Amino acid sequence: MRYAMAVDTKKCVGCSDCVVACQTENNVPIGYCREWVTEVTDGTYPQLEMEIRSERCNHCENAPCVRCCPTGASHIAEGGIVLVTRNKCIGCGACIASCPYDARYPHPDGYVDKCTFCEHRIKNGQKPACAAVCPTKCIYFGDLDDPNSDVSVVLKKRKVKTLIPEAGTNPQLYFLI
Amino acid sequence: MTNRRDFIRITTLGAGALAIGGGLIGAARVFSKPAQGAALKVDLTRTSTYCEICFWKCAGWVYKNADGTIWKIVGNEEDQHCNGRFCPRGTGGVGMYYDEDRLKTPLIRVKERGQQVFREASWDEAFEYIASRMKTISNRYGPESMALFTHGSGSSYFSSLLKAFGSANSAEPSYAQCRGPRDEAFMWTFGEEVYSPEVTDIRDTKCLVLIGSHIGENMHNGQVQEMSDAIDKGATIITVDPRFSTAASKSKFWLPIKPSTDMALLLAWMHEIVFNENYDKKYVEQYCSGFEQLKAHVREFTPEWAYGITTLAPDMIRKTAKEMADASPAVIVHPGRHVTWYGDDTQRIRAVAILNALLGSWGRRGGFYRPSKKTVPGYPVPEFKPASKTWQDLFPGTYSVASGVVSNVLIDASIPDNKPAYPIKGWIVNGTNLINTIPDQANTLKAIQNLDLMVAIDTMPMEITGWADVILPECTYLERFDILRVSPHRKPALALRAPASDPLYDSKPGYWIARELSKKLGLAAYFPVGNQEDLLDWQLKQFGSSLEEMKRLGVKTYEREADDLYFAPDEMTSFATDSGKIELYSAALEQMGFDPLPKYTPHEEPPEGFYRLIYGRAPMHTFSRTANNPNLTDLMDENSVWINPKVAKAWGLSNDQYIWLQNQDGIVSEFSIKVRITERIRWDSVYMVHGFGHARKQMKRCFGRGVSDTQLITRVMTDPLMGGTGMRGNFVTFLTEKTVAS
Repeated sequence: MRYAMAVDTKKCVGCSDCVVACQTENNVPIGYCREWVTEVTDGTYPQLEMEIRSERCNHCENAPCVRCCPTGASHIAEGGIVLVTRNKCIGCGACIASCPYDARYPHPDGYVDKCTFCEHRIKNGQKPACAAVCPTKCIYFGDLDDPNSDVSVVLKKRKVKTLIPEAGTNPQLYFLI
Repeated sequence: MTNRRDFIRITTLGAGALAIGGGLIGAARVFSKPAQGAALKVDLTRTSTYCEICFWKCAGWVYKNADGTIWKIVGNEEDQHCNGRFCPRGTGGVGMYYDEDRLKTPLIRVKERGQQVFREASWDEAFEYIASRMKTISNRYGPESMALFTHGSGSSYFSSLLKAFGSANSAEPSYAQCRGPRDEAFMWTFGEEVYSPEVTDIRDTKCLVLIGSHIGENMHNGQVQEMSDAIDKGATIITVDPRFSTAASKSKFWLPIKPSTDMALLLAWMHEIVFNENYDKKYVEQYCSGFEQLKAHVREFTPEWAYGITTLAPDMIRKTAKEMADASPAVIVHPGRHVTWYGDDTQRIRAVAILNALLGSWGRRGGFYRPSKKTVPGYPVPEFKPASKTWQDLFPGTYSVASGVVSNVLIDASIPDNKPAYPIKGWIVNGTNLINTIPDQANTLKAIQNLDLMVAIDTMPMEITGWADVILPECTYLERFDILRVSPHRKPALALRAPASDPLYDSKPGYWIARELSKKLGLAAYFPVGNQEDLLDWQLKQFGSSLEEMKRLGVKTYEREADDLYFAPDEMTSFATDSGKIELYSAALEQMGFDPLPKYTPHEEPPEGFYRLIYGRAPMHTFSRTANNPNLTDLMDENSVWINPKVAKAWGLSNDQYIWLQNQDGIVSEFSIKVRITERIRWDSVYMVHGFGHARKQMKRCFGRGVSDTQLITRVMTDPLMGGTGMRGNFVTFLTEKTVAS
């Protein structure tokens, strides 16, 4: 099993619903977030292009945050989900510094927090909160080992990129372009 | 330390990363933090609601934490408005409930208006105060001298109260400050309005034309979803906007039009479609009247003519006209929603309606569908005595096309200098922050200072509440029952709003407020049922449902009575116009002294050193009402002023610099605003999101954050047909220091 997510930049409108749905679903404190939206504009008026991306932890196969964690709190769980065990985390911040995607934040309660692909939901057969709420249905999620999963199907059909591939992390967050 | 508090990162290639947004609020920790894993519990006590954060009214479910506090709100899968997916504002609706700055108790003014000093009062004392002043106004001037300004669910209760009192002067600013011109234009063309949610069949369209309509930034949920479906299906999107909007970035054609010239483009498109014989001939022949007059009218309006006005290349105008015709009838020239721009708005949207008629899209798949709506019986109450005078008697002979009550007329009639036929002396304002809704703030304040009574009913201490004599704290939609949602859609449906929590503080539901006030006014017979809950149960049982069933379902969708979502082939449809046809040429408008066919009128252009002020929506906020919501402030806590790089260079402005804006009338913004230098805006205009620059300290998160566009809209171009307040004729310049006292 290998969980992955694909975000369709052609449909994402950058509304940030994913951000707030993640916040309420996972009780992320006000003032913090596990997800964010990036908007990139290129060109000169009126020859313009814009890409909008809903971003989060890339759940890397080769995850620097896991390698550098001194306590083993950061680990790779079933399906390749990168997780933090809260009671093992000492809040040293090494993982935050090592993440090329800036996907982690220090929770005010003293541990480091990040996207979990809504592990608690996918266990119950639900989609992650962001994918379930997105009004444009631009977030695809599923198991790459299953050729019929939403994410496998769309990755086969479309042109795809990942972010900062040169970091060698082998990210599992894909962007449809 | 990296900045993990940036929720939105905006990058310009080649210019390095630029982060904006990311409001940081110190203390506000609104969630009780459950132990790890607590969120896993399946909550069986979900409560049905429909959202009150905007007018789309999506139905959803409210879930609670183990300790009974509200956890999250998610969409109801059965709901046609949202299809199980709430927008950011609906998802963040929990913040409206948890906002610690909410109004908590009734308040009565202790100093004169303008000095915002209040004392706490009991509900009974507040009602006594209001009732006694209402009676005095009625005795002295007549009951019609009481006016209501309202938005949202409360409209139903407070307008009934006012009607029972003897006044029909209940205005929704959503008419004359927003969608009124659109509704009238379609009414006078097709004999029918476009409703809310709009009957645009976007999911099956082949070509969607957006004129200044920024779907995706305006988060009208179902429409955003259907636009995304249309993108998936390969539909063409044509966006006309001086700004590279989100929708423009998803479009095959973006027409970066010179602001205020849309009418010229519309006429040129009609010219192309008519003279290339690309219109739906059968449809026009069967359903429309006045084609020959229209043809003669648009003869001159070539793409070359329009080029000189709009700055759009003729070739682009031709190509897009062809694209629309090729998609016909599965094409939508979108009527828009907030369309009060330049004062000729009804006529501009008439041009939109006519274009749709030429393309044969009204009543056709992929164009506009026929909505269907469930009728719910009203509880029997005594007959309302018709009001002896209405808003139309205030300034006789004006705005004869208006079918809604024109809010700005009621405001103007509150100022004795304007010599209205009778005076407006008392206001009840519910759920609408008139200070940031109605342009020309000085005029609104002058009106308020001439009132004998001003009551504000709200959940938040909005600016308007500061001017009230009595403030009544309404509980949020998560704490009350409300009327059934019966909005028209593809299928008739009902949605229930039930309380997920008891009202916090001493806040109360609108129904209760109206009913208690009715008792003090001797009008209790008009509110015979003790509470909304029993009223809903009675209503639902009239047609075989029940409150119990609706609590379980949340949404109940019915089948249409007939298979008539679209016109049947060769259907002999009659339209509710004078001629029974779709009126391309409107003899009725002509009779009233207005242009029977839309004409292009040039509008004033910004003077040297000034830029046209364009405003719009952000997907995470609704007008100014969400500005203090902790969850939504987290996503966006201030607006910025978008400035083209060439303009910024000429002024020596840099990104993130705070500046003040001064308009053509010398009005300087009360607060400063962050500069956002971006290629996404034309050099003759600036852009900002509406709803910021709040001036009441009681709203701690949003006080002084950004600039209120409404404050800078002092020149109003009023629509002579229906009284809409055109707000896009204002120009601003930049001040790096606040040199002029405002």
